[in-house]
Amino acid sequence: MDIEHLADMANDIANFFESELGKEEAHKGIRLHISRYWDPRMRRAIIDHVRQHGDGGLRPSVAAAVRGLPEPPAVT
Amino acid sequence: MHSLLHHDHGTPAASGQPVTLFIDGAQVTVPEGTSIMRAAAVAGGAIPKLCATDTLRPYGSCRLCLVEVEGQRGYPASCTTLVAPGMKVRTESDKLAQIRRGVVELYLTDHPQDCRECKAGVRCELHQMAEQLGVKEPRYGLDGASHQCAKIDDSNPYFSFDPAACIVCSRCVRACGEVQGTFALTIDGRGFASKVVASQDEGFMESECVSCGACVESCPTGALTEKSMQQIGMPEAVVNTTCAYCGVGCSFDAEVKGQEVVRMVPSRAGKANRGHACVKGRFAYTYATHEDRIRTPMIRKKITDPWTPVSWEEAFAYAASEFRRIQEKYGRASVGGITSSRCTNEETYLVQKLVRAALGTNNVDTCARVCLSPTGYGLKSTMGESAGTQAFDSIMQSDVVMIIGANPNEGHPVFGSRLKRRLRDGARLIVADPRETEIVRSPHIQADFHLQLRPGTNVALINSLAHVVVTEGLVNEAFVAARCEKEPFERWRRFVAEPRNSPEAMESVTGVPARLVRGAARLYATGGNGAIYYGLGVTEHSQGSTMVMGIANLAMATGNLGREGVGVNPLRGQNNVQGSCDMGSFPHELPGYRHISDDTVRGEFNGAWGVELDSEPGLRIPNMLEAALDGSFKALYVQGEDPAQSDPNTQHVTAGLAAMECVVVQDIFLNETAKYAHVLFPGSTFLEKDGTFTNSERRISRVRKIMEPLAGLADWEVTIRFAKALGYEMNYSHPSEIMDEIARLTPTFAGVTYEKIDREGSIQWPCNAEAPLGTPTMHVGEFVRGKGKFFITEYIPTREKANARFPLLLTTGRVLTQYNVGAQTRRTPNSLWYDEDRLEIHPQDAEDRGVVTGDWVGVTSRAGETVLRADVTDRVAAGVVYTTFHFPESGANVITTENSDWATNCPEYKVTAVQVVKVQQPSAWQKRFQEQHEQQMKFLKAAQGETHG
Repeated sequence: MDIEHLADMANDIANFFESELGKEEAHKGIRLHISRYWDPRMRRAIIDHVRQHGDGGLRPSVAAAVRGLPEPPAVT
Repeated sequence: MHSLLHHDHGTPAASGQPVTLFIDGAQVTVPEGTSIMRAAAVAGGAIPKLCATDTLRPYGSCRLCLVEVEGQRGYPASCTTLVAPGMKVRTESDKLAQIRRGVVELYLTDHPQDCRECKAGVRCELHQMAEQLGVKEPRYGLDGASHQCAKIDDSNPYFSFDPAACIVCSRCVRACGEVQGTFALTIDGRGFASKVVASQDEGFMESECVSCGACVESCPTGALTEKSMQQIGMPEAVVNTTCAYCGVGCSFDAEVKGQEVVRMVPSRAGKANRGHACVKGRFAYTYATHEDRIRTPMIRKKITDPWTPVSWEEAFAYAASEFRRIQEKYGRASVGGITSSRCTNEETYLVQKLVRAALGTNNVDTCARVCLSPTGYGLKSTMGESAGTQAFDSIMQSDVVMIIGANPNEGHPVFGSRLKRRLRDGARLIVADPRETEIVRSPHIQADFHLQLRPGTNVALINSLAHVVVTEGLVNEAFVAARCEKEPFERWRRFVAEPRNSPEAMESVTGVPARLVRGAARLYATGGNGAIYYGLGVTEHSQGSTMVMGIANLAMATGNLGREGVGVNPLRGQNNVQGSCDMGSFPHELPGYRHISDDTVRGEFNGAWGVELDSEPGLRIPNMLEAALDGSFKALYVQGEDPAQSDPNTQHVTAGLAAMECVVVQDIFLNETAKYAHVLFPGSTFLEKDGTFTNSERRISRVRKIMEPLAGLADWEVTIRFAKALGYEMNYSHPSEIMDEIARLTPTFAGVTYEKIDREGSIQWPCNAEAPLGTPTMHVGEFVRGKGKFFITEYIPTREKANARFPLLLTTGRVLTQYNVGAQTRRTPNSLWYDEDRLEIHPQDAEDRGVVTGDWVGVTSRAGETVLRADVTDRVAAGVVYTTFHFPESGANVITTENSDWATNCPEYKVTAVQVVKVQQPSAWQKRFQEQHEQQMKFLKAAQGETHG
């Protein structure tokens, strides 16, 4: 998956939840949204990105949300 | 000519208190306000008439319906005389018969004498009246001046106008005004010279006529007649069905001769359309038998190979073996499917079932992804249900109507006509749209406020409207206190009240003068019943879901929910967008909008389907294409959908399709996606199958088979056979059995059966034990989620910004005569009105570029370049350009980008930064497109030759 595109998507999600929940709590909304709507390979890609590059290209709330995501199941 | 089934009551129904009178000695009770003519018809009689019909207000011109009323002098016209308590009416007497015969004789002196010469044949109402009154030939002879040599207007492709048969009763003129609201027809001249003309007597084709056909249907003689009836002959039977075009979901009585449709007549009993239709639904059905129809399954190894026609069994076996091979090699989740918003509920349900149960993945999505998916997210979050709140009838109770990002008179014409009727009767109108659409200003219509905002600033606008409501004390405090969550509302109130959300602060963002925003907000909040209708101009944005929430916030804050006349209503683009979403087409949801991770819900489906469903959400359409490019998604089953034309950034889409190893397309034509396909299953049109569609108002209506599928199988049968080839049995012998399963597994459909739909005509879900006959108005008393929830809707500018390189903003839409990707309408005479996508550009922007109407212009964005012909017009504001996407060679989506709604990935079609320059030749993409098109058509023709040979 194109990580730049995924990062844009995640940052757009963050824009909403940062205003809805506040910057401190936004990561919870972002995490739930990504869990509920992203296929496991998309979650795997962004988790790997954060592990390898830290916050690179991501809003802090997104990076925090991604760090809290459970390991997605392997795509078989 | 009326429908074969129609029993005309002469004048419209009334709804007053009961009034009892006596007609020819019989006691009759009807509502106050009823005409004598209608009362007589209700009692089983039929007063002779010609100028009256029950879709139109009484006119009193033909003088055939005269009656005698005890105690009154003279002979009042029964169509214009209302009933009164105790009134005694005589409808038959020697004197009345003498008067009526005299009138008919005069008409007959200037009318074809033989029924066979009159195109309405034996159903010409004038000839019927003559026969009923015993008039054989007029005593005045036929030698006087007449119109019998008047020239026939054959210019319209669907109907002709023969002035020789016209009796100048004005039914057509009144239908054009009262029913359609176009006012294209008039009576020109006076006395004997009176004649029906279109616009300035320029012929129907060149006039403002929109070919809705209301005039043709209302014509009592053969003056206005469908050409299909002239060619095929009188129909022999009637089958009620539902239109397969837009989300209005009009009910039609298809009049047929054998398996051939003679004409489509909008059903008077149809609750979505109330007897009206548009040019697409009434006339543009001939694509069903077009020579381009795919009639044989075909396969090929590579997309650069010619097609090989095969039997159905071979096609199923090949597709199944490829899907299983690919899953074996790349994994279970390397395949997926796309359901169609043009197919029936039952077919859509089966495709998602095939993907989830037979293929074992949740990689299923639908074309609603690219149109109204934010509606589901936004309305479910705020109110608890992913659908509009009202029935279309509700508009007749509205006092203020706000149209946001929708063009109903082009996209949803039958609703547009009802809206116009309500506006002519006094409702006020607010329009938020970057273009000056027909509903902003047209005959007898003038919006009170046109908020001509810049593309991409919807949320800024809705926040500033809400700011006025909150800061000027216009909140319906009682409604909010009783019906909504307190704390979210208070947070929202504080948020929108911030000065940065005021109309004055937002004026520089939206481009809408603050005084207009303030006026519109005050009108919506205080003008009585306020209803919001919106379209893709709301959803197809990077903040589409936020905007839907903003609309819901505004409606809740003003108490405009939970009763007739109010509400929040998406105008769905395609006939079954609502249904395809309801049926579990989204990768995260099972039917009834229940999340796939819900163990209880999934358990019910596991039990019913005999499988263990995956609990993880699957890929959305754009994600599937991304995954194809990275090599993890390899096979796609596409039913009745054309992402290669309809989805944004065409070159990205086609690259994704080309990267797959097996694309199976099920469609009625070789569409753009099929050029990238390895297997082609012939699809069937709505005329070739049974099923149901669900329209924008959640109304489930029957689709009934009229002709056998051209390729032998209906779409639902194809999916069943494909599933079987994959090793998964689906045992249904009729779509009604599929609906029974849907009802068993979906709480909002629990009470739906074909038997009930047949009995009631149609049903609006939820339909269950609490609402056995369905639910016309949602959220009455309380919201589906309990308390309504306000959300903060911060305006976030799109990343798609105009700059020096791309200084204009492109927005897209559709026209009346064409439909979405045009696969159907391009194969009908509708193309006579619109045969290419054009670029609307403001005169100032055109002058800056030396462009005049008709010039070829290159339109370049960050995604690509295409070339269109320019149409210089002030319908668009300076800085904004607009085009449609009906013709694949136009490449409108070559220039749209992959920006999308944050919540749903609905593409941001409505905002693309572009540059426009005058050019002399097609774009590089268009040249490649043309080469590929010619090659693929060569393959198709060779395969068809093989089949026919």
